[in-house]
Amino acid sequence: MTKQEALVDFCLQIGDTSLIHGQRLAEWCGHAPILEEDIALTNISLDLIGQARMILTYAGQTENKHRDEDKLSFHRDAWDFRNVLIAELPNGDFAFTMGKIFLLGFYMKNLFTVLSNSKDPSLKAFAEKSLKEVIYHCRHAADWVIRLGDGTIESKERMQKALNELALYTDDLFEVSESEKILVQEKLIPSLADLKTNWSHDIAAVITQATLKLPQANNALRLGGKAGLHTEHLGHILSDMQFLQRAYPDAKW
Amino acid sequence: MATNNDTQLKLWEVFTQEKAGASFEHAGSLRASDNEMALLNARDVYARRNEAVNIWVVPSESITASTPEDQGPFFDPANDKAYRHPNFYKTPAGIKQI
Repeated sequence: MTKQEALVDFCLQIGDTSLIHGQRLAEWCGHAPILEEDIALTNISLDLIGQARMILTYAGQTENKHRDEDKLSFHRDAWDFRNVLIAELPNGDFAFTMGKIFLLGFYMKNLFTVLSNSKDPSLKAFAEKSLKEVIYHCRHAADWVIRLGDGTIESKERMQKALNELALYTDDLFEVSESEKILVQEKLIPSLADLKTNWSHDIAAVITQATLKLPQANNALRLGGKAGLHTEHLGHILSDMQFLQRAYPDAKW
Repeated sequence: MATNNDTQLKLWEVFTQEKAGASFEHAGSLRASDNEMALLNARDVYARRNEAVNIWVVPSESITASTPEDQGPFFDPANDKAYRHPNFYKTPAGIKQI
């Protein structure tokens, strides 16, 4: 993998994660428990789609194969996607969705903090802009994790169950991809070695405040998102998201 | 199953400040169970398109309001006393807000 290929691959990891996470959250539109939360979830979704647009545009320019952000989003198949697995999981109940935003949000917060010091000006600009957005996503989701965890018997049970199920997928966030290795070696991005420790510290503080137990995965861990090895759920979300552009290529509003 | 007609959360009034130094203006209302949720919801509902740099949220029940019956006694007496209105002063040039 050349340095240029590594940069494209790394941008796809980030862009695909934001894109698929955003597309999933958009499924809540019109279905959230209260109007205010409906708007909050779709706001988060729009932030994520904006991030995907910015970084996928850059991936396309770096790749230099005439693929813009739309081409990359709508004309690739599941095995070409580099998103982390949590992003593609179905929304489940409200606690599960909040668990996803919470765990992924703090991952993105720590990742973008590191990338804010990237030597690549486009990555740096992307990270600085997106960091402000994900800090808010973390605050919103952490607020709900605490509210549900330290809430009623049922809300606590559901929040704990969500975190336990999601624990199967959190190691996938920190699996070091080949492109990450190359970009760190080439000093284009700072070391990602402390990412997991910092993330664990962040989420533990919230989980403790929520009077919940730190989740322990009790099954084989699922890995491989960054290498294109996805769960069955990605194909379904892509068929939904890509249908129009596949059926009517280059259709415009 | 027990029925409860009002399952809605507590009502809050939202005030937003468009820029530093400007007055807070009433933006609307929303539902939330506590002040932190009210603040986050206010941000999402009333300030997501750069409308504000600061937000106040106030429980609607904390607001004491005048009633339509108060209208005469409260507001009419001011109308016929011109000396109560600062009409005879000129606003200095360059002042944008009083």
